[in-house]
Amino acid sequence: MRTDNEAAPPPPPAADPAANAVELVGVSKNFGAVAAVHTVTLAIRQGEVLTLLGPSGCGKTTLLNIIAGFEEPTRGRIQIDGRDVTLTPPHLRDTGMVFQNYALFPHMNVFENVAFGLSMRRMPKARIAIEVSRALEMVKLEGLGGRRVRQLSGGQQQRVALARAIVIQPKVLLLDEPLSALDKNLRGQMQIELKELHDRTGLTTVFVTHDQGEALSLSDRIVVLNRGEIQQIAAPLELYRRPANGFVASFIGDINHLPPAECHRYGSDILFRLTPAIELAMPARADLALRDDQKAHIFVRPEHLRIADETGEGRNRVLCQVVTHVYQGTHTLTRVEAVGLGLLQLRIPGGEIIERTPPGSRIVVTINLDEATVLAEA
Amino acid sequence: MLRLEPRFAARARSGLFWFTVVLILLFMTIPAVVVIATSFSPSELVTFPPAGLSLKWYVRAVTYPDFQNAFINGLIVTSFASTLALITGSAVAYLIDRYAFPGRAALEAVLSSPLIVPHFTTGLGFLMLGVALGINQGYAIVIVTHVLLVLPFVTRSVYVSLRNIDPHLERAAANLGASPGRVLTRITVPLLLPGMAGGWLVAAVLSLTEFTASLYVTDAGTQTLPVAMYTYIREYSDPTIAAISAILILATTLVMFIADQIFGLGRILSIDAH
Ligand SMILES: Nc1ncnc2c1ncn2[C@@H]1O[C@H](COP(=O)(O)OP(=O)(O)OP(=O)(O)O)[C@@H](O)[C@H]1O
Ligand SMILES: [Mg+2]
Repeated sequence: MRTDNEAAPPPPPAADPAANAVELVGVSKNFGAVAAVHTVTLAIRQGEVLTLLGPSGCGKTTLLNIIAGFEEPTRGRIQIDGRDVTLTPPHLRDTGMVFQNYALFPHMNVFENVAFGLSMRRMPKARIAIEVSRALEMVKLEGLGGRRVRQLSGGQQQRVALARAIVIQPKVLLLDEPLSALDKNLRGQMQIELKELHDRTGLTTVFVTHDQGEALSLSDRIVVLNRGEIQQIAAPLELYRRPANGFVASFIGDINHLPPAECHRYGSDILFRLTPAIELAMPARADLALRDDQKAHIFVRPEHLRIADETGEGRNRVLCQVVTHVYQGTHTLTRVEAVGLGLLQLRIPGGEIIERTPPGSRIVVTINLDEATVLAEA
Repeated sequence: MLRLEPRFAARARSGLFWFTVVLILLFMTIPAVVVIATSFSPSELVTFPPAGLSLKWYVRAVTYPDFQNAFINGLIVTSFASTLALITGSAVAYLIDRYAFPGRAALEAVLSSPLIVPHFTTGLGFLMLGVALGINQGYAIVIVTHVLLVLPFVTRSVYVSLRNIDPHLERAAANLGASPGRVLTRITVPLLLPGMAGGWLVAAVLSLTEFTASLYVTDAGTQTLPVAMYTYIREYSDPTIAAISAILILATTLVMFIADQIFGLGRILSIDAH
């Protein structure tokens, strides 16, 4: 368990810049007084699916527009495929974008929409026909080339937009919340199809979403943004397990943010005094340099809270009162209140807990801090 | 206090509503109705209600040489004026929509001004200018006047269509490799065509029926139909004038109806929310 928590070595700096599909160096974008993007430095690796994740207005679309060339950065440089494109107009950048509203050309049919990029590249008609039908087949729309785009369902329009972007084999595929306009079932299905599509095409992909579930399931790496600044870049699992700061911890998945605690070393443990009555212990970690009496913030996932067994043994026991249960099929989210800690959330497999401990009952909860995120107060 | 049973009150309200609607419609169409009814009158005098049914004034209207010439004049003036206005208006609309330049707000204001400057002012102004420049005879002065009068409508029509184009479409085209010129020819103009055609038709109807300014800037050789009609009623008082009016009403209604069916006048006259 400990080894999991060792700091991952930083990726070696790329010697050959062409190994990265896209590089942003110190990119900022201001709209008047609003800093939509603030000194973002980011290398997108060849063939990876990189997700830009963050709350509404954090600058995801702006960043995508900067890569596509629709916005000129206020400061900084952009490279695509090793070539500086900071001042290159969009039509010479070779990026393929899928817009949030799909932006299909209403005066063209499906075939003409998908063929547009190829005919701009002056590809011979016969080859265009082959490429388009291949692309339509990839997105499971074979035979619909003659349809007008207005006659398509939302899911089909989305596929046309995808086909239109991949058929030109862009240096980078840019997807701006492509699934947000779909209903929930369709979204799940399209997630799987996007993944398969990526496996088949191997296109470097930048995927924008504010849905963390989507980000965790689709990405090789996730960039968490807040107010135009990068909070963390990491693989999904690492992001979930080792959030770099409080924002990431609370943004990715459910988490319990405990009140600030004072810490003390005690043998091989660190003790956190949360209230005069509650003290929690955690095995000391190499990556956690905490001074005695330092204030720290503890974030712990709902699945690391358990209802204590009858034996009355075990560490980090806290007496709580059940507030509510929310049954979610495979598990139950239970909210409890502990004096001095406020509301805590537990994720308990199954549903029998609902009958065993109705709201109002008193239970003892153990808080396992082995995988908790601890952030020292500066 | 009188209290009505709710269902009855609702019915009374809806009855009142429809009564009002019918009244307004009647009020708005009554001049046309009177004119059309009179045009079928067999009598030599303009009388209402007509004392019988006859098509003889229609025959006279379409065979009267002054009307024939005026109609052809009108077609010449209208086709040039509407087309010139369409070209200028489209360019101006594009500039206003796409570029921030000094005087853009002023240009917008000037464009809407012929809507409030009375037509006789425009006509008089151009007449005086034409005299000063020695071009007060011939089609040119009429066409220029009409261009000015219909320009705001055409510009607005194209402008509204431009605003209704999803900007993402042009971005998508650029993203797929279309240079700015090809974005214009493959995306923007095709999407603007309905607005341009609709604007042209509205301009044509306005130009064909324009009277006040035309009275100043036309002469015997270039007079348009409304001016010829005015000249006619100063000399004669038979229902020919009603017949030619009826034809004009029918023709313009037909054109507007077609424009509405094909291009959607709602789109020309307002900005969709999208
Ligand atoms: N053209 C613009 N003019 C002025 N401000 C803008 C413009 N585009 C974006 N902004 C501002 O920049 C910030 C970032 O916007 P952006 O659209 O990139 O956010 P986002 O992360 O894509 O949000 P969402 O999830 O809602 O799409 C916002 O505060 C937004 O108001
Ligand atoms: Mg966005």
